[in-house]
Amino acid sequence: MATETERLNTYSEAWAVTRAHAVAQEPVWLRQLREEGWARFDAKGFPSTREEDWRFTNLAALAKTPFRRASRGEFAVTAAQLEPYRLSGALCQLVFVNGRFAPELSALSGLPNGLLVRSLAEATDASRQDRASEGIEQHLGRYAQMDRDVFTALNTALWEDGAYLRIRSGLALERPIHLLHLATGAHAAIASHPRTLIVAEASSQVAIIEDYVSLGAETAFANAVTELVAAEGAVVSHLLVERENLASFNVSTLRIEQARNARVDSHSILTGGSLVRNNVHPVLNGEGAECLLDGLFTGAASQHLDNFMLVEHARPHCNSRQFYNGILAGGARGVFHGRIVVAKDAQKTDAKQTNRNLLLSPRARIDTKPQLEIYADDVKCTHGATIGQIDNAQLFYLRARGIAEAEARNLLLYAFAAESLDRMANPVVREFAATLLHARIMELVAAAKTDADAEIPTQNGEDAE
Amino acid sequence: MKTGKAENRQGFFSGRDMGRAAIGKGSMEKTAMALLEIRDLHAAVDGHEILKGVNLTVNAGEVHSIMGPNGSGKSTLSSVLARRDTYEVTGGSVLFNGKNLLAMEPEEAACEGVFLAFQYPVEIPGIGNAYFLRSAVNAVRKYRGQDELDAMDFLPLYKERMKLLEMDEKFMNRSVNEGFSGGEKKRNEILQMAMLEPKLAILDEADSGLDIDALRIVSGGVNALRNPDRAFLVITHYQRLLNTIKPDFVHVLVDGKIARSGGPELALELEETGYGWAEAEQTQALSA
Ligand SMILES: Nc1ncnc2c1ncn2[C@@H]1O[C@H](COP(=O)(O)OP(=O)(O)OP(=O)(O)O)[C@@H](O)[C@H]1O
Ligand SMILES: [Mg+2]
Repeated sequence: MATETERLNTYSEAWAVTRAHAVAQEPVWLRQLREEGWARFDAKGFPSTREEDWRFTNLAALAKTPFRRASRGEFAVTAAQLEPYRLSGALCQLVFVNGRFAPELSALSGLPNGLLVRSLAEATDASRQDRASEGIEQHLGRYAQMDRDVFTALNTALWEDGAYLRIRSGLALERPIHLLHLATGAHAAIASHPRTLIVAEASSQVAIIEDYVSLGAETAFANAVTELVAAEGAVVSHLLVERENLASFNVSTLRIEQARNARVDSHSILTGGSLVRNNVHPVLNGEGAECLLDGLFTGAASQHLDNFMLVEHARPHCNSRQFYNGILAGGARGVFHGRIVVAKDAQKTDAKQTNRNLLLSPRARIDTKPQLEIYADDVKCTHGATIGQIDNAQLFYLRARGIAEAEARNLLLYAFAAESLDRMANPVVREFAATLLHARIMELVAAAKTDADAEIPTQNGEDAE
Repeated sequence: MKTGKAENRQGFFSGRDMGRAAIGKGSMEKTAMALLEIRDLHAAVDGHEILKGVNLTVNAGEVHSIMGPNGSGKSTLSSVLARRDTYEVTGGSVLFNGKNLLAMEPEEAACEGVFLAFQYPVEIPGIGNAYFLRSAVNAVRKYRGQDELDAMDFLPLYKERMKLLEMDEKFMNRSVNEGFSGGEKKRNEILQMAMLEPKLAILDEADSGLDIDALRIVSGGVNALRNPDRAFLVITHYQRLLNTIKPDFVHVLVDGKIARSGGPELALELEETGYGWAEAEQTQALSA
């Protein structure tokens, strides 16, 4: 077992390499950002459950796993391996292998004018500075908070690559952009720190899918940070899909900065990963901004899925909606932590939060915690959480019509999950999510059935609103 | 032989228990085997015995009405027949088409041809009516060795039956029973029955909460489905339903047992007299 010092050493090796590369290739502002990130991580290390924001999530397993970074070209991915993860309806697909852009696997042809799609490493390479890298310095690292989140600090220090997307003002894209992150490795667990910057200029429209996949059974750690800037009147939809293997760790942080009248929908579907932390942090920083945080987390076996929402209402007349639903089987554990902060002058804020959970086994567990910090006086904030099981009366109704029990459970779980799909406006994104969910729900019903020590409890859910 | 055994048991029940006597004049003579044969059925919920020895024989083609005071066990009986597992069978037997119904799962019973129109149909948000019903129809068809219906085959049938029950097509895409009025839920039950074509339809207070028009529609729907191969158990409190759905037999369930059986005239008599006699009898029995 690794000691604390060894743990840090695995990251400090990566830091030494990254720093050397940064010195050689990167602009000063970026190097400074990295230095600051490393200093913060080095000083603090991983948080313990004594910290309020990590109360329900123990990082010991992550902290004691030694990770290394993959060397360039170490793991080749073939087109055949990639095939199941292509998304035919996508506008383009950027493929990353262990956090590095793989142009040969990506599909980037025929992009419309006004859409800039680049590898972030390329765009910040000091030797290749061109017009395409405009705007990066202005945004990168300006939103994601290293001071309050050590994973963001670590990502900032160590990121090797990621996507830089810039959507010119007024450009409306119908088909989604697919960012596919593949983890593959052998012998030792690999850590990657993908960094994404999305700048949606005024009145542009775009949908982005950030998709985390494992190609094998090896343990990996993806520590991703995405900064999404939605300028005035922009309409952006983001979907996070975490479907890595059950040996992997995933910490994804989505920091959203919204200007006046910008509308951002953040969706997440968590089906994989052993320990997952899904941070979504929108700041409504212009009047009339609206955001939707919509998530579905589905766990089985001993998965731990933690959703940490922090919605900041910084200006008046903004509107936020959070709908997070969990389905937990086996010994899975879910966390929903929803904090809403309303600043002093954010009058007429309208914030709503609901978290509904279905537990399919007596060993499954959910911790749900709303947290309202309201400094304005004229606001509307509501929150509610429910925990329940599959409704026995509904199950019987379906079976009494001839539908087999497993199928009836599938239908009921799907109905529960489909709520989340209904909120997805982009048809390609919705279709993609629906396919994932169908497969996942069948897995969960099967898992619940074979769960040896579990008679599936069935009773009406109670409303703890 | 089964009949012999059943007759032997007759002395076991009060003189008012005409359930057995019905056999003589029913179609039992024609068919060797009754469609439904309930013998000395006992059932409990949470340790409380609710059914205390129910005997009932129903032949294909017959309509039986079950009446009885609130809480006497009518819904319990129908739930047991539909195989709801919250009811524990503590004694007796039920043969359906010669098979042991009590060994069946709810979906098996349904596929074998038992249909329960619920007294209180549940709402299932998120599952569309049409999708649900097609899944049900296909489950039953598959069980019976028939081809499954795709949406193209299914929809015309569904729409036709909806018309029969005077239901607006907009109900098709709404979630199962969600936000339906009481009467709409009941019509939806009958619609499902019409699509599933059961051998035994149990209607648990299909008439409660219906206005005059809905009552006419529901009973019309039931009558349209009457045929020599299908039997009905019609649970109701009111004669008005029995005016249009004319039962062959009427049984009165009191305190978990069939206290009286007779022809359609019994329902009329109950309308006049109520269940006072039954309660008096119970008190007598208790004090004896
Ligand atoms: N979980 C339970 N525990 C105890 N008693 C129960 C339980 N569930 C039902 N009962 C009782 O069983 C009895 C029979 O109920 P049932 O619903 O079968 O009556 P019913 O004849 O259908 O009445 P109604 O005419 O009002 O519909 C009632 O007295 C009811 O209170
Ligand atoms: Mg009842």
